[in-house]
Amino acid sequence: MDIATLAFSALYQFGDAFAFLVLSACGLAVIFGMMGVINLAHGEFIMCGAYVTAATVHAGLPLPLGILCGTLVAALVGVLVELLVIRHLYDRPLDTIVATWGLSLIATQGTLILVGSTMAGVGTPFGSFQVGAYSYSVYRIVLFLAALAVLGALYALFNWTRFGVLARATIQVPHMAAALGVDTRLIYSLTFACGAGLAGLAGGLYAPTMTLVPTMGATFIMEAFVTVVIGGADVFLGTAPAGGVLAVVKSAMTSWQGQLFGQIGLLIAVIIVVRVLPKGISGFVLRERT
Amino acid sequence: MSVIVSLLRRLEGPQTLGRGRGFWSLFALVLGGAVAYPLFSDGYTVGNTVYFFVWVFIALSLSLIWGYGGSLSFGQTAFFGIAGYGYGILTINFGAGYGFTWVALLLAIAFAALFALLLGYFMFFGRIAGVFLGIVTLAVTLMLERFMAQTAGPEWHIGAARLNGFNGMSAMPPLMIPWFDEPIVLFADIGLYYVVLGMLVVVYLGLRVLMNSSFGNVIVAIRENPERAEMLGYDIRKYQLITFVIGAALAGLSGVLYTVWGQYITPSSMGMTAAALPLIWVAVGGRSDLTTTVIGTLVVLSGFQALTIYGSQYALVFMGVLLVATVLVAPNGLVLGIINWITRLARRRKQEAA
Repeated sequence: MDIATLAFSALYQFGDAFAFLVLSACGLAVIFGMMGVINLAHGEFIMCGAYVTAATVHAGLPLPLGILCGTLVAALVGVLVELLVIRHLYDRPLDTIVATWGLSLIATQGTLILVGSTMAGVGTPFGSFQVGAYSYSVYRIVLFLAALAVLGALYALFNWTRFGVLARATIQVPHMAAALGVDTRLIYSLTFACGAGLAGLAGGLYAPTMTLVPTMGATFIMEAFVTVVIGGADVFLGTAPAGGVLAVVKSAMTSWQGQLFGQIGLLIAVIIVVRVLPKGISGFVLRERT
Repeated sequence: MSVIVSLLRRLEGPQTLGRGRGFWSLFALVLGGAVAYPLFSDGYTVGNTVYFFVWVFIALSLSLIWGYGGSLSFGQTAFFGIAGYGYGILTINFGAGYGFTWVALLLAIAFAALFALLLGYFMFFGRIAGVFLGIVTLAVTLMLERFMAQTAGPEWHIGAARLNGFNGMSAMPPLMIPWFDEPIVLFADIGLYYVVLGMLVVVYLGLRVLMNSSFGNVIVAIRENPERAEMLGYDIRKYQLITFVIGAALAGLSGVLYTVWGQYITPSSMGMTAAALPLIWVAVGGRSDLTTTVIGTLVVLSGFQALTIYGSQYALVFMGVLLVATVLVAPNGLVLGIINWITRLARRRKQEAA
């Protein structure tokens, strides 16, 4: 095997890991960064997105529309959850974790009862291509591009739109924003919906690549948590670079010793980073800047 | 002598509910009932009660770390699993003769505590707190479950003990008390019942003493306001780490007893659902008090078991609803809320009378 195919293989694995980390984490990161709330039901929003996507595709819609439906349904469920539960717990962040965990238990078990232990999957589109001796899935490249697109779209949303400006004002000084006439409750609702929608999007995008079971959320959350802990509260200064660093760790460990060691590598990375940079990468960058 | 008296005085204090002659006579009554209970019941029901008691230790550990210490740990089931597997590995390799099962129990707990020391060092000395602590401990727990679940192959063994992947380990010997001709084997009925009941009473009273000592007061001060506790000159990292390790040892005790009780342990005892259940008992009971934690655990567990008979799928949904409802309606816990309400009512009655 020559250097070029080896390099491509490493790059492909890096891109795959990066896409998985960023897509599964950005919904969690948006909610955590804006409201300081860790949504333990994050995995279940991902599951919701994947299930809705699969159901709509089975009903005859094309995959992109199905993913859109998954995203929207997850966002709607997010609005509902925010109204019923999260809204009452903003001043008690630890209790939000506990409550969202209860929700996750309800959602997993409820799905098991309503839909059954598994759901027919969706085939992976686009087929594969050959580089050197190995064949690669085109869809994984699409996922990588989707991760970049999501980061770009979030940047645009938070920097160039009126909602973004109001949302950032609300993060910085909630009382001042409220005094200036910003409806902070609405902003929080919309942000939570946005995070839930992103989780649904991740679920929809990954629906064609995995088996659909009620506990599938658990496959995502560890990676999502690790990325958010290492990244810190800011999506662009935190989640994106953390995704990059962790993708290197994960793809290197995975190709060396297999999938499990990729995950163990992530865990060791997070424990060390927590000791050295307790506020994550974005906390470090922001402290350097001031 | 004076040391013992001063320890006994710590049995009641500001950090624990219940004081005075009334409380302790009730305590003696309940204890007497618990001691007499196997006389009126059959072996199976007594064994089932031991199963409930086993879980009380992990609930108490969570009450200590979360309720008193204010740091939410999802890692208790990880320590539970480590100690459980540790006991299995040790006894399968070295047998159960000469009272070794008790050495294995202590070693397994020490192993869990050591793991907690390592993990806790990185977390508390990195000064992470609040929600991050919860996430990191949860990630560790899930990772351990995934790791143990993939150890199905024959290459995964420690000495003579196969780890057996998702099916878990089984056939480890139960606890045995060495005796003159023949050791007394503690199967999951009356024998084990008295041993576990004894441990429960010792741990409960010991924790009461600990929480009412100056150490416990510092722990509560850290929960109320970490900065202020630090300004008063306490190294809060050390106090948090020690609490975390004690909690891990208690969770480990729970894990060993669970393994001993059923003579098996599986990776799913460290999974998401397993990690959620202790949290529900403690939250519903009232996390910031030892007594309400014990009551809540026993009540919710027996309720859960009763529900499971009619439909185990719905029982978990109900547990989730119970947890969300408790957090929204009675953030301090249902049992603690009810007790506080009664004492307030009684006090008002007394004031009106006066």
